[in-house]
Amino acid sequence: MNKPKILCYGKDCDHPIIPDTPALEIRELSFRYPTAKEDTIDNISVDIFPGDKIALVGPNGAGKSTLMNLILGLERIQKGLIKVFGNKAAACRHRVAMVPQKAFIDWHFPVTVRDVVTMGRYVHLGWFRKPDKHDKTIVDDALKTMEIKNLADRQVSELSGGQQQRVMLARTLAHQADLLLLDEPLNHVDIATQELIFHTIEKLCSEGKSVLVSTHDLGILTVHFNRALFLDKSIIADGPVKDVLTPENIARAYGFEFHMDKEAPWYSGL
Amino acid sequence: MVLWIVEPLQYAFFVKGLLAGIITAVACGVLSGFVVWRGMAFIGDALAHSILPGVVIALVLGVNLLFGALGAAVLSVAAIGTLSRKKGFRDDTAIGVIFTGAFALGVLLMSKIGSFKDLTHVLFGNVLGVSVSDLILILIVGVLVVVLVILFYKELLVTSFDKTHAIAIGLSPELIHYLLLGMIAVTTVIASQTVGVVLVLALLVTPAASASLLVKSLKKIILLSTGLAVVSVIAGFYLSYYFDLASGALIVLVLSGFFIVAFIKNALAGRVRK
Repeated sequence: MNKPKILCYGKDCDHPIIPDTPALEIRELSFRYPTAKEDTIDNISVDIFPGDKIALVGPNGAGKSTLMNLILGLERIQKGLIKVFGNKAAACRHRVAMVPQKAFIDWHFPVTVRDVVTMGRYVHLGWFRKPDKHDKTIVDDALKTMEIKNLADRQVSELSGGQQQRVMLARTLAHQADLLLLDEPLNHVDIATQELIFHTIEKLCSEGKSVLVSTHDLGILTVHFNRALFLDKSIIADGPVKDVLTPENIARAYGFEFHMDKEAPWYSGL
Repeated sequence: MVLWIVEPLQYAFFVKGLLAGIITAVACGVLSGFVVWRGMAFIGDALAHSILPGVVIALVLGVNLLFGALGAAVLSVAAIGTLSRKKGFRDDTAIGVIFTGAFALGVLLMSKIGSFKDLTHVLFGNVLGVSVSDLILILIVGVLVVVLVILFYKELLVTSFDKTHAIAIGLSPELIHYLLLGMIAVTTVIASQTVGVVLVLALLVTPAASASLLVKSLKKIILLSTGLAVVSVIAGFYLSYYFDLASGALIVLVLSGFFIVAFIKNALAGRVRK
């Protein structure tokens, strides 16, 4: 994982939104891991607009997580361009937040639920500033929204998988980002939490925020998203969920050999 | 009782040693929570051992031993960092290679140049030999560590819990990691004076290990660790004075005693809950 070069963190490095730009603009983006033989991301271009509620689907190893890491600046861009509200993502950290896959987090570390959700405020605080009353109110609201106010003083190690995922989403809410990236948020999560996550996404999008959710669970797509992005190194399909979830694409996602006809009418529509 | 406490305090060497020990205990106790929960015990131990050649060279050059130790600690951290980052070795491999090599070099230099007496002082601490200039240096390090941990507490917290989030908000986990390593290095150096390089690890690990059995949040763990470390150092000093035993070993044994008590208390509480 590449570290950001600049030590830019806190209030001073939030560039203002450039008017009339997409929430996320990706142009001819390619990425290859140092030891890999071929590109993990192969020449993709996408625009995401405020209010978009997008499912990012594709088989394992399709580059879904890599794409999110690139957007967030966790990996350095090698070729192509990513802009968030017209700025480089690194200059827009206040506006982008991610719920990472749970495996990357040290759940045994002795922190409370409130501590973790408060971390969502750090991006606004920067060096040497402590969370104040205003931050505390925002954290309280986030806890309430995710229905974990009663768990605020519990250790994160004591929580169930679903509760841990709620904590992560609450942290993202406290971040008050305009573009949210959720990497497989539905894995190992109970039904009630799933519903709450979808309900929250719904609410955020109606407020004009953009949400990109990676998932390999295709069954839930049609109900909860208004757009799907089918990624398998390059973009296989992009559009309304029912157009993207063709039998061909689904077969591909589940690992069947399938011949792609690049002359097909839906393909040229990309 | 009062007399019992006051009596040794009339000796300057005891007071200086005790002060040095208390300051060291505070620095170790404050860092202990991070050492335990970030899994840095091995590197703490390695640092303690790899300062030996620096100490011997300082002895030869006739400069303050703590400066020699500091130089060696900084070099070791840099070497370990380079090996694990640039060459792709796992951390513990890099640590193992550097630490044993440096320690062996130290022992060799010591047997060639120094005396066995000097060697035991470095290995097991020499609280009686604390000079005023040592004490000043120890105080500076102690204050520095406490202030840095308070100033960078939230950064230490977020990089420990979720590195991805840290990077995503523009914070380099590596920078914080090296800050912490630097603090552990200088603390190890001052701790080597009181408990010696062999036993430094006890002051960096056992306080938080005991505290974690009793309290849960990191802040409480840090406060309790500091308290335990300070009490152990004071108890070790008085026991050493009255029973004429090695203070370093006594301090560590008191710490171990606290751990056993905490462990039993934790186990009993667990049974009650069931």
